[in-house]
Amino acid sequence: MKREKKAKRIKRLSIVFCTLVYVFLFLPISVIVVNSFNATTTKPYMSWKGFTFDWYIKLWDNTSLLEALGNTMIIAIVSTVLATIIGTLGAIGMYRYKFKGKGLIDGLLYIPVVIPEIVLGISLLTIFAKVNIPRGMLTLILAHVTFCIPFVIFNVRARLAGYDNSIEEASMDLGANRIVTFFEVTLPVLAPGILGGALLAFTLSIDDVIISYFVYGQTKTYPLKVMESVKSGVSPDVNALSTLILVGTILFVVLTQGDLFKKKSS
Amino acid sequence: MKHEKTKHEFRANTLPALVTVGPVTIIMVLLIAVPLIYVAVMSFCSIDEFYNVTFDFTLENYVRLANVDYLKIYAQSIVIALVTTVICILVGYPFSYIIARTKSKKKKILYMLVIIPFWTNSLIRIYGWRTFLGSSGWLNSLLAGIGIAKEPIEFLYKQGTTILGMVYCLIPFMILPLYTAIEKLDSSLLEASSDLGARPVSTFLEVILPLTSSGIFSGSLMVFIPCLGYFFVSDILGGGNSDVIGNLIERQFQSGNNWPLGAALSIILIVVTLILVKIYQKLGGDMDSLGV
Repeated sequence: MKREKKAKRIKRLSIVFCTLVYVFLFLPISVIVVNSFNATTTKPYMSWKGFTFDWYIKLWDNTSLLEALGNTMIIAIVSTVLATIIGTLGAIGMYRYKFKGKGLIDGLLYIPVVIPEIVLGISLLTIFAKVNIPRGMLTLILAHVTFCIPFVIFNVRARLAGYDNSIEEASMDLGANRIVTFFEVTLPVLAPGILGGALLAFTLSIDDVIISYFVYGQTKTYPLKVMESVKSGVSPDVNALSTLILVGTILFVVLTQGDLFKKKSS
Repeated sequence: MKHEKTKHEFRANTLPALVTVGPVTIIMVLLIAVPLIYVAVMSFCSIDEFYNVTFDFTLENYVRLANVDYLKIYAQSIVIALVTTVICILVGYPFSYIIARTKSKKKKILYMLVIIPFWTNSLIRIYGWRTFLGSSGWLNSLLAGIGIAKEPIEFLYKQGTTILGMVYCLIPFMILPLYTAIEKLDSSLLEASSDLGARPVSTFLEVILPLTSSGIFSGSLMVFIPCLGYFFVSDILGGGNSDVIGNLIERQFQSGNNWPLGAALSIILIVVTLILVKIYQKLGGDMDSLGV
């Protein structure tokens, strides 16, 4: 009896503890969502002045904010595609071939994962300045591709660890050439790793502040736009846009990973 | 014949190796290795009166690193990063343990609920804390509303607020590897331990903890190192006494405009990172598990 009581108490305690952690995680998000309906019009837009939908309408007149969001999307999509292609090819090549300098490339791949982002940001800034590449869309994409590639490679590599080479040999024995084998055999097997890597790359790219902050020139991304307004007060239309993005991503996940929320899932 | 053979060798091995590994090699060398070497070179350079970098060899930047004000900030950075890491372990471990060992069907949803907040831009979320904690912020309105505080309490501009922001930004990097490590735990081992008479505390210390230490090590690495560089957290939430090394570097590359000094400050971060990664590897840490 005593034991049962103790187990019950532990269970209750752990529910309370986890709830508190979730409250901590969601608190600033709720602030953002609630503040997007705040009728205040005076900086720093913090005190509550009543409920309004105005910011969701005004948002569409804020061209510089929308342009920044557009830039973020362009950069994220282009960098994700490039990083995914380069990373997948690289992971396969490094898994399959032996060559000089392989250890060096392997070592270089860990750098963007462990080094503080600010170091990567300033090192790219100095080199772009040195070779006179004007800062803007191009430098942002180059930077994003660079820090995304390792994450794609590690994800694909995790998938390659259980990869059976003989299925490729079988394909070639049956008369398929190297290219056909690559698209019809290799890629489908690696697909989950590639997709996971691409998703991670996309997420890292749209959220990046620190590295972009050093290489952006005139092309502002959405996080940089926020950074600019932090000093004077982030206006509620930014909150409105963030709320829309959040709702959009949650809907996307619920629709694509629908089984996750079904009762039957194991 | 020999020519034929090398041609075959080229088509069978060299060409596919070049096509697959070539692009990643070019990017990693040109945009990681070369820039970092250039930063190292720059840390020994001087600037002229127009703040242009000149290639006169000097150790002056490194001498300036030993300045008392800077030393204070290094110490402060390390304290902030350490406290953040410890809090992340103390909160993240039991939390990950509970959700990873849940038998309920809601487990996946509980896991997703950790990730969802991180789809909102980190700057905006940190700013959300500012809106909540500021002197005219929501917490103060609430406290005044229920009559607890007559004067607004200043929660911002303190080292503690910066640590709160750091924990907030970085705790998923602790929770996710811990979750993976704990989920792999074999329940039968725990049962065996308790069947053999071990008390819960010793089961935890002698079975669970050693088997999940890999998660703690990689989580700590991924929390501690970024902390040293996250200048925007202390910019938004912290005050004068909560700068991290990242703030010093940012200032030299933006307003201060002394790139060689900024480069030398970056070398500190590179050295700290290298040392910690070496320790991580000594402890048996797997580098590949850091990026997945």
